[in-house]
Amino acid sequence: MSSSSPNLIEVRDLRQTIGTQEILRGVNLDIPRGETVVLLGQSGGGKSVFLRHLIGLMSPLSGSIRIEGEEISRLSERELEPVRRKIGMLFQDGALFDSMNVYENIAFPLRERGERNGKVIREKVANALELVALQGQEKKMPVNLSGGMRKRASLARVIISEPSCILYDEPTAGLDPIVSDTINRLISRLKSQLCVTSIVVTHDMISTDHIADHVALLRDGRIHFSGTLEQLHTSEDPVITDFIQGRSHEID
Amino acid sequence: MKFPYSFPVTRAFCTYLGQTALLAGETFTSIVAGRIRWRLVFDQINEIGFGSQAVVIITGVFTGAVFTAQIFFQFSALNMSTAVGPVVSIALCRELGPVLTGLMVAGRVGAAMSAEIGTMKVTQQIDALRALAVNPIDYLVVPRAVAMLVSMPLLVAECVFFALIASYFVATRILNVNSVFFLHHMWSYTHGKDMVMALSKGFVFAIIVVFIGCQQGLTTKNGAVGVGRSTTDAVVISSLSILMINFFLTMALNIIFPAGVRS
Repeated sequence: MSSSSPNLIEVRDLRQTIGTQEILRGVNLDIPRGETVVLLGQSGGGKSVFLRHLIGLMSPLSGSIRIEGEEISRLSERELEPVRRKIGMLFQDGALFDSMNVYENIAFPLRERGERNGKVIREKVANALELVALQGQEKKMPVNLSGGMRKRASLARVIISEPSCILYDEPTAGLDPIVSDTINRLISRLKSQLCVTSIVVTHDMISTDHIADHVALLRDGRIHFSGTLEQLHTSEDPVITDFIQGRSHEID
Repeated sequence: MKFPYSFPVTRAFCTYLGQTALLAGETFTSIVAGRIRWRLVFDQINEIGFGSQAVVIITGVFTGAVFTAQIFFQFSALNMSTAVGPVVSIALCRELGPVLTGLMVAGRVGAAMSAEIGTMKVTQQIDALRALAVNPIDYLVVPRAVAMLVSMPLLVAECVFFALIASYFVATRILNVNSVFFLHHMWSYTHGKDMVMALSKGFVFAIIVVFIGCQQGLTTKNGAVGVGRSTTDAVVISSLSILMINFFLTMALNIIFPAGVRS
């Protein structure tokens, strides 16, 4: 499973269709270890679909996805389990389990991995809650949490199992600027404290400026741009400048 | 080979049957491999078994009562009122008990399974399970299947038991059938194999309800509308399957457990 490549994830010529629509038309992208890569793109452009492939929630039509050198695109559901233990995913709406309170949700990955020591579980949950600033909310049910709290609780559930890579699906979508900033700071903090590799799918430029080491722009099912944050901002490509400045040419 | 696939309905039916059979196969493989979360199994036994008590008892009591009254009205005209006991007993054991319990559980539990799993599907909770390296079949389907296979035969037995008690009271206290004759004839004509038939049917109906309910839930799409459709379909498909498969089951089980007088 070990690989000498500096990249944690390598994606080559990834293709996917949903119905008759071609969503991904040959995506090539490398995710370096320990870096935060932001994947930008229009809504409905296939960013979340791409992210789901990286954890095996979708199988590609063709192409290759290598994680630490291991090809995962043809693995069965059970063969994917060891890969998924190393990668965490923050879903757009949190995807907390309705039937469990915040504490049970966060403790869930530990219990599923065989941890039976109540004291250890309590300590780890308390640490995770502290990291996402949700102390005192353990007994609340997901339905009683705000959008930002749901995302933070979900992030606590992801980080409790100490993954080497975290996938974020629109982490700041639908949140007010203050809560968005909290989430951005959390992502940066997780990178510095836990040294995790992060892949963030978003169309939020403020968030991108805050957290990105590396930026990629997905357009028409392909990676249109891949480079540093500085290269993105200095680019004169009209597609990139339109995206950064939020300019539309559809209705004039 | 093109003939059956030329009909979209046939193709959809074959696909559905295949998917449900695959789900059942994967579930039984997990059970045999010991991937059973016992705490979840007990939770489900509580939900399916204990939670269905009232529905099953009320169904049994009133079915036993009304069936006894109706048989009595027909048989008493022929001076055969003491035959009410065995007729009611055999009908309850071999057909009414298992079928009515199956239908009631399909309505109550099958619908709940489909709605719960369907909601988890459309809110990405099942994807979250997978992302956390937890197999949704092991976590959601296996406990429900084990709980259903344990609970359903017991619920059938309970339904038949309460139906027979109601039958006894209606026949002897309201319709004045001689209680000694009623019990004697019932005992003479009802055999252990009739009860085995009831329990066997309960077991088969458990398989139908649990896998159709879970399959509908796991394939739910299109948000709240999809959850509603899956739930309705789970109840309709499992109820119709119970009624249809019951006929073939009766014919097959009658070969193994032929009806007849105790020798």
